[in-house]
This record gives sequence, C-alpha cells and structure tokens, in this order.
Amino acid sequence: MRRLLLLLALLPTLAFAQDMVTRDGVTMTPAQETRAEAIGDQLRCLVCQNESIEDSNAKLAAQLRGIIRTQVVKGVPDKNIMDYMVQRYGIFVLLKPPVSPLTWLLYAMPVLALLCGLAAFWFGRRKSGAPAPLDDAEAARLEVLLRE
Amino acid sequence: MFGVPLALAVGGGEGFYILLRRMQAQTYDPHALPSPLIGKRPPAFNLPGAAGMQGFANTDIAAPPKPMLVNWFASWCVPCTQESVMLDRLAGGGLAIWGVAYEDDAQNLQKFLAANGNPYQRLAADVDGTTAINWGVYGVPETYFIDKAGIVRWRYAGALTDDVVASTLTPLLEKYS
Repeated sequence: MRRLLLLLALLPTLAFAQDMVTRDGVTMTPAQETRAEAIGDQLRCLVCQNESIEDSNAKLAAQLRGIIRTQVVKGVPDKNIMDYMVQRYGIFVLLKPPVSPLTWLLYAMPVLALLCGLAAFWFGRRKSGAPAPLDDAEAARLEVLLRE
Repeated sequence: MFGVPLALAVGGGEGFYILLRRMQAQTYDPHALPSPLIGKRPPAFNLPGAAGMQGFANTDIAAPPKPMLVNWFASWCVPCTQESVMLDRLAGGGLAIWGVAYEDDAQNLQKFLAANGNPYQRLAADVDGTTAINWGVYGVPETYFIDKAGIVRWRYAGALTDDVVASTLTPLLEKYS
C-alpha cells in the first residue's frame, strides 16, 4: 500500500519529466525552449549569413543555440543574451538592425522614397498645366482643320 | 525630367562596377564582418598548449615586445593549408605568430604541422571553441593583429594572401612597430 502511494505521489514528476525538451545539449521546459527559439530567430548565423541561428545547420550556430538555452534556463533576461552576442559579433548578428547613427539612412528610406515620389508627382503636374492660348495663325489653322 | 532616372541608373551602375572591381581585386569582401574587438584587448582566456608547444593566456599577449599575429586555424580547414605558406614566410621574416588550433584533434594537428610547417612561436588548443566564441571568431582561418599595447588593431577572416599582406598587414606593421 505504501509503495503504491509513493508511486502515485511520483506520477506528477513523471509527467513533468516527459514534458521536458532537450535541444543542443540543454534540457528545459517547453516554455523555455519557445523563449530560446524566439531569441535565436532574431540572431544571424555568422557562417551562413542569411539564415538565423535557429535555422542554420552550422556547428557554430548549434553552439550558440546551446549558449542561448543555457542562459535561458539560468533565467538571464533576453536583452542580456542579445548583448552577449552583440559584444562578440557586432550588430551584424542582429537580423533586425537597431536604430543607430549607422542605420538612420536605412530607417529613413521609406519616408525619403515617399518624399521623392511626391516631389516627382508635384513637378510632373505643374508642367502639364493649361496649354498656352493659340495665336492668330494657330487659330486660323484650327478653324481650317475643324471645317474639313 | 528624364535626366533624373537616367542619372540615377548611371550612378547605380557605376557603384556596382566599383564594388565588383574591388571584389575581384580582393580589396572588398562583402561577407567580412567588422570585429567588435578592434581597439580593445582580447577577452580573458587561458588555453593549454598543443602539439607539445606552450599554450598562452590573454596576459601573455597584453604587452608583446613587437606587434604580433594571433592566427586561428584547424587541421580540418582547407584554406588553412593554403595559408600556411604565407604564415611560414611571415614567420621567416621575423614576425611573431601565435597559433590557436580551433576544435582540433591532437593527432591530426601533428600531421598538419608536419606536412605544412609550423610558423607558430606558441600554439594553444581551443578544443571546445569557447574562447573562439568569446573572441567573435566565426570561421577559420582568422588572423588578429595585436600591437605593442596588447590592443587588437585588425582582424582578417580568411587565408592571408599576397594582396592582403601588401595592402593591409605591411602598412600596419610599419605603423605600430
């Protein structure tokens, strides 16, 4: 009876153990894995530069995924994990570049493009205003053409 | 009015032409990343020796008597084999080169050094690649130029070629020695 009770008491821990996930050598809860994936999705793999760390098969990406997961399990805030990466690889590691003097032109581009478009539209309209009035010779020729 | 798009197209074309020409001349690599270590000292580390040579720590390169190179390489890396000729030549010319074998196997490393020569004054092993991550190394070979104050002045990702040595390394050596 006591043994059965003990087993029953252990049942929830069994369910808990089954819920744990292991990736890149780190065991964690699914919520932690989701958080780690969200972080990894924002980081560029340095080896295959158009993939995120989450998508890449490169060994370095796997190591960095392991580091992210270890820190997530430790409860390190997202920002500190990002800073860890930026400190080592520069802002290039961020798939979404931060707003800084270096990226002002990049972020200003949509507004600049819109302004250029508006300017082109305005200049185009101004030129194609009402045509100049006809002089006597032109009026006479128009008369002839209309009568034909 | 038609001149504006034409001028833009010509300007863009010229920009691409310059870019491609510089890529061909190997003075511009679009995949190269600027190292955040430039202007700083390398992070703290202490690596054991490899292939019977003495390893080193960050304190050992804090104030070298002359500017030096730290070269990250591996026996499994193909460009490293090509680069070894250049490293031998630079070491022969009196430049101090310290090596770090990145995620390498001791036996393969011995074979690599026997086949390609050993230009290194000291040789450390970064077996699990942790120190490489702290340095921001993202592939091998990678070469770091360290001045007499122990500050990283230049990082080159890829095998050192004649062009790179002539255009960048030689001027750096003149500037910092």
